Amino acid sequence: MSEENKYWHILEEFEPIKDERLPKGREEVTSPTSRRNFLKVLGLGTASAAFIASCKRPAEKAIPYFIKPEEITPGKAAYYASSYFNQNEFCNVLVKVRDNRPIKLEPNPKSVVTPQGTSGRVQASVLDVYNVNRYQHPQKSGESIDWETADGEIVSQLRQLANEGQPVILLTPTIISPTTKKLIGDFAETFGAEWQQYDAIPMDGFREANQRTFGVNALPEYRFDKADCIVSVGCDFLGTWLSPVEFSGQYAKRRDLFNGDGNLNKHYQIEAGMSLTGSNADVRIRAERSDYGRILAYLYNQLATQKGAPAIDVPTPPQEITTKLDEVVADLAASEGKSLVVCGDNNPDYQVIVNGINQLLGNIENTIQFERTYNHFRGSEKSLETLVNSNPGAVIIWDVNPVYNHPKSEKIKAAIEKAPLSVAISALPDETTELCQYVLPSPGYLECWDDAEYKTGVVSILQPTLHKLFDARQAQESLLAWMGDESSWLDTIKNNWASTYFPQQNEQSDTERFWVETLKKGELVLETTPESITFNPDEIGNSLNTINTENQVEGFTIELVENVNIGTGHGPLNPWLQEVPDPVTRIAWDNYASISPAVARQEDIKNGDVIQLGNLTIPAFVQPGQADKTISIAVGYGRVNGIPEKLITGVNAYPLAKVENGSRQFAVPGFTITKTGDFEQMALVQGHQSMEGRPIVRESTYDKWKEDPASGNEMHEEIKHHHTTLYKKHEYKGHKWGMAIDLNKCTGCSACVLACNTENNIPVVGKKEVRRAHEMQWIRIDRYYNGDVENPEVARQPVMCQHCDNAPCENVCPVAATNHSSEGLNQMAYNRCIGTRYCNNNCPYKVRRFNWMDYTGADAIPNNRYDPANLTMDLSRMRHNPDVTVRAKGVIEKCSFCVQRIQEKKLTAKNEGRQLEDGELQPACQQACPSDAIVFGDMNDPNSKVSKMMKDPRNYHLLEELHTLPSVGYLTKIRNKS
Amino acid sequence: MQVSQVREPLINGEKSYENITSDVMAPVRAKPGKLWFLGFGISALVMLAGFAAIAYTVWFGIGTWGVNRTIGWGWSITNFVWWVGIGHAGTFISAILLLFRQKWRTSINRAAEAMTLFAVMCAGLFPLIHMGRLPLAFFIFPYPNTRELWVNFNSPLLWDVFAITTYLLVSLLFWYMGLIPDLGTIRDRMKTLWKKKAYNFLSFGWKGSARHWQRHESMSLVLAGLAAPLVLSVHTIVSFDFATSVIPGWHTTIFPPYFVSGAVFSGFAMVLTLMIVTRRALNLQEYITVGHVESMNKVIIATGSIVGIAYITELFMAWYSGVEYERYAFINRAMGPYAWAYWIMMTCNVISPQLLWIKKLRRNLTFTFILSIFINIGMWFERFVIVVTSLHRDYLPSSWSMYKPTWVEVAIFLGTFGLFFTLFFLFIRIFPVIALAEVKSVAKSSARKFIRKSSKKSKPENE
Repeated sequence: MSEENKYWHILEEFEPIKDERLPKGREEVTSPTSRRNFLKVLGLGTASAAFIASCKRPAEKAIPYFIKPEEITPGKAAYYASSYFNQNEFCNVLVKVRDNRPIKLEPNPKSVVTPQGTSGRVQASVLDVYNVNRYQHPQKSGESIDWETADGEIVSQLRQLANEGQPVILLTPTIISPTTKKLIGDFAETFGAEWQQYDAIPMDGFREANQRTFGVNALPEYRFDKADCIVSVGCDFLGTWLSPVEFSGQYAKRRDLFNGDGNLNKHYQIEAGMSLTGSNADVRIRAERSDYGRILAYLYNQLATQKGAPAIDVPTPPQEITTKLDEVVADLAASEGKSLVVCGDNNPDYQVIVNGINQLLGNIENTIQFERTYNHFRGSEKSLETLVNSNPGAVIIWDVNPVYNHPKSEKIKAAIEKAPLSVAISALPDETTELCQYVLPSPGYLECWDDAEYKTGVVSILQPTLHKLFDARQAQESLLAWMGDESSWLDTIKNNWASTYFPQQNEQSDTERFWVETLKKGELVLETTPESITFNPDEIGNSLNTINTENQVEGFTIELVENVNIGTGHGPLNPWLQEVPDPVTRIAWDNYASISPAVARQEDIKNGDVIQLGNLTIPAFVQPGQADKTISIAVGYGRVNGIPEKLITGVNAYPLAKVENGSRQFAVPGFTITKTGDFEQMALVQGHQSMEGRPIVRESTYDKWKEDPASGNEMHEEIKHHHTTLYKKHEYKGHKWGMAIDLNKCTGCSACVLACNTENNIPVVGKKEVRRAHEMQWIRIDRYYNGDVENPEVARQPVMCQHCDNAPCENVCPVAATNHSSEGLNQMAYNRCIGTRYCNNNCPYKVRRFNWMDYTGADAIPNNRYDPANLTMDLSRMRHNPDVTVRAKGVIEKCSFCVQRIQEKKLTAKNEGRQLEDGELQPACQQACPSDAIVFGDMNDPNSKVSKMMKDPRNYHLLEELHTLPSVGYLTKIRNKS
Repeated sequence: MQVSQVREPLINGEKSYENITSDVMAPVRAKPGKLWFLGFGISALVMLAGFAAIAYTVWFGIGTWGVNRTIGWGWSITNFVWWVGIGHAGTFISAILLLFRQKWRTSINRAAEAMTLFAVMCAGLFPLIHMGRLPLAFFIFPYPNTRELWVNFNSPLLWDVFAITTYLLVSLLFWYMGLIPDLGTIRDRMKTLWKKKAYNFLSFGWKGSARHWQRHESMSLVLAGLAAPLVLSVHTIVSFDFATSVIPGWHTTIFPPYFVSGAVFSGFAMVLTLMIVTRRALNLQEYITVGHVESMNKVIIATGSIVGIAYITELFMAWYSGVEYERYAFINRAMGPYAWAYWIMMTCNVISPQLLWIKKLRRNLTFTFILSIFINIGMWFERFVIVVTSLHRDYLPSSWSMYKPTWVEVAIFLGTFGLFFTLFFLFIRIFPVIALAEVKSVAKSSARKFIRKSSKKSKPENE
């Protein structure tokens, strides 16, 4: 707020508070000291001393509202419907706002697209708002200027360029906002600008393939919930592909043996690097990345032969794969119309064959639908070609960073630098903004008005949940200003909705009412008609021929992949996301080259040995299940510009990508490995990969489960008989909280970990501390390998405090800082804790976390803060959940089952004079889980879902043989394999 | 009193009471030499460095150590248990041997008791500084307070607090009780007025009257009676820290006897290390004889063998229990990444003391000295193996981790040596290293000249 429009809140602020503490009488004592005066002074002195001592200084900060804003109740959260969109992720969310600050994002249960859970990135995005590195003012060549000057200069130059006929390029990410699209259209018309969309990792190959085979440039809906048999060739649909939050939910529905109809899907994953999806597959077939084309061709040819369609001879993949593929083909053929084949490669020819296979299997219009097609991933390689080749007069770059994430970075850099006018619109400094003359700060999505049509016919509204933090302005507002449009952006959206969507619905008859109601719900679902498609069989032949001519190149193929949490690395570097270990490798804060164990043996490479691949120097990581000739490297790391030095981490792998035939390819052959002799210790959270034969994750197969639902869990009943004690059994009257986790539904996406971080103010400790096993997360997702080291089976298990009824931690604390609540919670009194860490040693689950250093700034000792990620600054502290204590150095902390939520919901129910309903109360992890794998509830209520799950024959407790009597139960993992 | 002629004399040389007093008091009366200043100076410096490291820990947090989410206790608790163990010899010698009327203890009990005190002081530091919030350490004392907090009497860590403080208090009293007559003796021989006054104060005005002696004797006996069970209880309770837990390798009922014998074992080794040097440096060879060393070595064989049997029993039980976690814990000890620590422990504690069955070695001072250091190292590693190796691979392999101390932990450990030796150096200059009064009590019966005399006298009678 600027000085001149500073509104006064209360009267006192208008009139400076008079300091009445010093008695004015003192000045009267001017005459020489007489006895009378002496007594007077004495009396006055005593009285005033007493007065001063008894008066408190007026509290300066805690000024209550003179007139309380209607929406704000101190201590009570308000929720606003909004949406998150970034690259391949979209979520309808409810923004939890406390005292005018958004602090948490929760799924919008009314959403059509994402009713269940969010992704980890959505959870972490709240931190981006409070990023201390944000641009605070418009800048010109690094100097702060005001908006009027910036607008004036930019507009005059744009006009001049438009008059001269020089190309003006507006480069944006894929825009899914219908109003913004219209606005950009108007802008392009006004200034003769060319609008290009750019995606860091594009999917233009998919669109092209659909154009060729089906005649529509669209990304169809994939229905993993309708598929009995899923065959994925290198497609990480649970982690990073197209719409992972949605797919996780669909997938989990078919992994559900508790609620569902017991019809488990069968998931084959054929891939080179171990992806999150691959680690969840029933059958994972290890294949070289360079064989993907041939594998798809083989699948097609086999199916085609069966169906009598023409097959074209293509060199077959290696023998050991084809035998397994025959099994896949048999399963696919057996589930016609109820199967789904997907491939993650952006190569249009591959996608054409995938389309061919799905067409053969009758999956089109069943598991692949063209009704509500996806609107994201509109970017194409052409967008940058225009920028590089057209010698633009002006470049306006809005929220994309091609200088960092495009292989032709140098050319783009040159084009931007050469352009007479370059403008960057971005919240944060990055490699691209630093090249531009003008930088216009934009606010984060939680400060903006916007709309979004992620899937055709489902339109959402984004609304601001806090006042713009800095002197920032939305890109759309800038475009409006430059066009000389006086109307506000909000009005523009509202007008567009009134003219476009209002007529398409018939629930509301008043435009304003329509707007308000939609805003409350967060989205509007419109009638749509499916795109009409016509299958073009000729294209299959063309693509098979192209694959036929594919050369096999000597050496290693590098595949660039996305890490589940880091994604493309687009957007701010988020310390929360960095600190969450990758669900497959369990490494945080870094990227690395994954090589197969055989190659590691052959080349004598150990974890952390730095290797040279082309121009890239990167530490190696030995990944079980990795194909021998393929090296996987995650993109999104190695950001340098605009990043505080202590947060710079990893290596930028984007320059390895190649532009071929007008599309970017992320698998590049022909590399050799050279050891550099250097070593870099990685922040590996889990050093031991095997369960050592212990019954930690219990599992069985689908066939055995059908015969005996307790299969794989026989020991549970046996151990139950050993639970004897001399003591009287403790009765829990009222509630008794418990949690059940379905290991068959958990995919390991880590959204729960991030939700927990956000909800419970968990500090970030940084790479150095993670290396020293000092990480603080309250919930972790253990990952174990099992079987063949070349292609192991993967088992996962989210582990948080088990809230044992016979807790080993409780009896060893000398000061009773950890104790049991009457509702079965194992609770921590932080103030009481003196930090002996005995509880941590005695916890068999090792879920307790110790504040090794002053990570939060809550410690009483000064000058000892350890803040590796700038998260203890005033701005970043605004993210804190005020309901949860920020812990000081030297105390133990751990999962509390979100006790603050329990209390809140209990109070609400009490105030409303009713019982708590089952499912009403969700801890942060359950709420964020897109797979609905976590269920929390009252075990004293026999009808609650959690008590039912605890009675399921698949239920067991972790290390139950220790008689710790945990309140957390796990349902066995059931693999659909023979 | 008749003493068998086969018994080795406890005091060599022709010693009158006067000789004994002047020999033992020599270091107290003389000006300290260069060597003493050097030793004291180095110890004090190391001690200060240790205190600096403690201050660093309190300021920046336990994160400055190498401990982590899996291994919550590292060197700190290893050192704690080790130092407490060291302390045991003193009480064992002065209390249990007193009750068993072992006269040979008189020459060594004073120094051993002092060592106990200093070792327990060093030990007591660790549970304090390993706390994340040292300034709140007073929370562990059960006293009425306005915070309405009370301690958890189920916690072995609280038992530790009582055990260690009781032990420290009783040891201090016992030690001081024994010192009182000697302080009186010193006072009488001091020439400087302030020293006279000081020793007079310290001796509580000891007069050596029969009444004083009678009270002193009975008090000593009462304290010995009190201290004797403490020898067993302290390390038993320390072992409960581990035995009552659920961690494989900790949760075992053998721990109390195993810990106590290990403590006496390491304590005697430490007494030997110190006394072999001290007798030379202070010229007390005639009071602390090879015979004394041999007696102590016998205790070492006995306790060392108990420890050895305990190790083997543990291994057997791990196999016999059929509990896979337990089995793995012991396989991991012997063959895991910390196997080197286990085998150092085995060699030093089980194999090396068995050499003492050879009489020649038992009476060889150089060998004994080297062996005592071996045992000290071995016993430190025993605690390291128990604390770190058990924790680093417990139930869930996902949390397995490794531990390596940082310079801070090393500095604190060295600092406790500094503290120990600083106090020891002060002790040998201020107090008599040998219990004068007690040695005198055996001088008439067990000194060389009396044994010889009585044997001459008794010979004809026997014939």
